Amino acid sequence: MATKHTLTFVLMDAPFESARTTTAFRLLHAALDRGYDVNVFAYEGAVALSFAKQAQHPNAVHGRDVAQEDHPLSKNWIAALMAHARTRGADLKWVNCGLCVDERGVGEAIEGAQRGSPADCWKMAQQSSTTLVIPTK
Amino acid sequence: MRGYLLIESRDPFESTGAARTCELAIQLRAAGHDVALFLVQNGVLAVRSGARRTELDKVLGTKIEVLADDFSLRERGIAPASLSGGVKAAPIDSVVERMAAGWNAIWH
Repeated sequence: MATKHTLTFVLMDAPFESARTTTAFRLLHAALDRGYDVNVFAYEGAVALSFAKQAQHPNAVHGRDVAQEDHPLSKNWIAALMAHARTRGADLKWVNCGLCVDERGVGEAIEGAQRGSPADCWKMAQQSSTTLVIPTK
Repeated sequence: MRGYLLIESRDPFESTGAARTCELAIQLRAAGHDVALFLVQNGVLAVRSGARRTELDKVLGTKIEVLADDFSLRERGIAPASLSGGVKAAPIDSVVERMAAGWNAIWH
C-alpha cells in the first residue's frame, strides 16, 4: 500500500495577477492526483482566491458576452480541486488567514474554505512531509 | 541528509534573482547536499541550447539535477530537442515527488 503523504503549500499571490497562482494550482492538482493529503494556507492577497463573490464579466473589446468570455475564476478552480480530492480519496484543507481576510473584506469564502490564523499554518507544517512557501515575486 | 529542491520562475535575462538561486544551488551541493533545480514559468527561458548565460552553465557543470517544467516549455515554444545538454524536461509531478520524499522545497 502506498504511503499516505501530507504536503503543505503556503500561497500569497492575489487572484488574477500572477502565473505563480497557476503553477501553484498545478502543484495542488498533481499532489491530489497521487492521493496525497494537501494543506493550503492562504495569506495576504491569496485569501481572495476563494472569495465566493468573484464574478465573470463580458469582454466588450472583443465583443463577447459573459458566457462567451467564460472568464476563469480561482474560486471555481479551488472547488474543482476539492471535488478532485474526493475522487482520489485525498483531503484538501484550505485555510485563509483571518486577519488578511478582514483587511480585504473577503469573508465570504466558498464552501470548504476555512478561516484560521498563522498558528494553523504552523500546525500544518508540523504535520506535513514538507512545506512549500510560494511568495509574491 | 535532506535534499534541497530549488524552484526558479524568474526570467534570468530580466532578474538577477535567478543567478542567486543558481549560486545557492551550487553552494548547497558543495556542502554535500542532494540538490535539484526546477525551472518553471519564465525560468525556463535560459534552457534553449545556444542561449547566452553563465550561472546556469555553472550549475550544469555540477551533479545538480536541472529540470525544466514541460508545461512552461510548451507555452514558450521550446521543444525538448532544443534543450541544453544536462537539462531534462519534466512534469510538475517532479516537485511533488521530492516534497513527498521530504526534500526542502524553496521558491523565492
